[in-house]
Amino acid sequence: MERDPPGLSVRDVVVSFGGIKALEGVSVDVSPGEVLGVIGPNGAGKTTLFNVICGFVRPQSGTLSWRGEPLGRVHPDRLAALGIARTLQGVGLFDGLTVLENVMVGAHRFRRANLGSAMLGLPWSDIDERRLRDRAVEALTRLGCSEVADRLPGTLPYAVQKRVALARALACDPALLMLDEPAGGLDARELTDLGELIGSLGSSVAVMLVDHHMDFVVSVCHRVVVLDFGRVIADGEPATVQHDPRVLEAYLGREAEPADAMSATGAADAHD
Amino acid sequence: MTKFIDLTLNGISTGAIYAAVALALVLIWRSTRIVNFAQGAMLMFTTFIASAVLNGGGSYVLAFVVALAAGLALGGVIERVVVRPVENAPPLNAVILTLGLYTLLVAIAGMIWGNTPRSFPAAFSLRGYRVGGTNLLFTPNDTFTVLVVIAVAVALALLFRRTSLGLRMRASAFAPEVARLLGVRVGRMLTLGWALAAMTGALAGVLVAPSVFLGPNSFDPILIIGFVAAVLGGLDSPPGAVIGGVVLGLALSYVSGYEGSALVPLAALVILVVVLMVRPTGLFAATRERRV
Repeated sequence: MERDPPGLSVRDVVVSFGGIKALEGVSVDVSPGEVLGVIGPNGAGKTTLFNVICGFVRPQSGTLSWRGEPLGRVHPDRLAALGIARTLQGVGLFDGLTVLENVMVGAHRFRRANLGSAMLGLPWSDIDERRLRDRAVEALTRLGCSEVADRLPGTLPYAVQKRVALARALACDPALLMLDEPAGGLDARELTDLGELIGSLGSSVAVMLVDHHMDFVVSVCHRVVVLDFGRVIADGEPATVQHDPRVLEAYLGREAEPADAMSATGAADAHD
Repeated sequence: MTKFIDLTLNGISTGAIYAAVALALVLIWRSTRIVNFAQGAMLMFTTFIASAVLNGGGSYVLAFVVALAAGLALGGVIERVVVRPVENAPPLNAVILTLGLYTLLVAIAGMIWGNTPRSFPAAFSLRGYRVGGTNLLFTPNDTFTVLVVIAVAVALALLFRRTSLGLRMRASAFAPEVARLLGVRVGRMLTLGWALAAMTGALAGVLVAPSVFLGPNSFDPILIIGFVAAVLGGLDSPPGAVIGGVVLGLALSYVSGYEGSALVPLAALVILVVVLMVRPTGLFAATRERRV
């Protein structure tokens, strides 16, 4: 190990579901300011890796550390407090809450009022609400969604919903932003906007993203990790990884899905 | 005409109680997708506790507060201890569980307080207001009932709509996994949801007890009517539950007044069947596209 990154460090993680090994000794690092792409054919373990980091899946072995501290038993509900935010495949917004309320839930770690005062309707729980509201509006404005704040997510175009989901993740002011298929369903212009936004996050935020859209991954990510059958088969700069023979084999060498290649089309949104 | 006014006023005050029961059922359905068949037994239990306070020399106000506090505690404990283990199990497990809880609470109440129904005092006079020489069928106690239920409904609405705690509770109800990912302690929200629901149920128990007497089984019909009211309101919407309760209270009051009180349970069930056939999402469903 050449460095001990202050960001996220995943070491030798093993996960199996029944007899199937989803991850076999995976190690990945992300540092602040870095944008890491995780790619691989369907079923390679990308989402499982995300789920391990989020605590949805317990690894059989291996360790995780975040900012030098071991992430022992990760509870999903502690992530936001640790500065880790994640978007979900698709959009994962709360259908019954307005756009603004959705983002306010994302910001709620900045609340002050406790349960008792909220139940008694004491004044500072109202002030608290306003603080969350301000933060949420700020995040929405950043994503250019402030004018739909009072709409229900289901009434908005898909691309706008995805932006709202991203605003919600940013509202908790994360130090690690995990994006699960952020490019899915977006057109070329929206992809450019998304790329610029990710680029503008600055040197304090580490980004980890899973996506099938190769052009997007190559243009946005500083480094790419390729998973295949639960193993890391390549780790490096996008341009290098793209031409790695093992990566080409992983994508092209499978008879069942020859079309799902590292081509420029990258339109692999089959499961949406 | 006087009879119509009497029946309307009576319908509003009983409707307020149905609304509270419906609200208790809806709060639990929203947060945990469980129809709480034990709700009737839970509010029976807390009303017995209030009765014990009164028998011990406590004032009505004290008994009232104790009943609500007991409801909060009972709801929270039941969620934590009994419901939590079946949270991710098939829905039928929870149904069986709440039915078992009903039996358990009824049996325990019988063992502690006996099976002979006892009377429970009203907060205010049960003599109707005098208007122009006749006594209305609406009493000061009915006024109290309606006002208290409105106050609780408004307080819950403010909690859910205006506080970040309420926002987190709603988020947990809509998508627990997503809420968890955003840092919401979903488990706590569910416990709190059950506690608030049971408190609202406890309120209904204390309010209805003067007119039905207090025994281990005396609140069973109220639960059924409250359930119909909840379904009428869409099962998912607290405002719908309140409106459903009042509408049902009025309807049953007219049935009782014009056709005879024996028909009331039948009428409630007919309304339930008709609503489920014609508009299964309820008359006031908040989100119509969300079918279960």
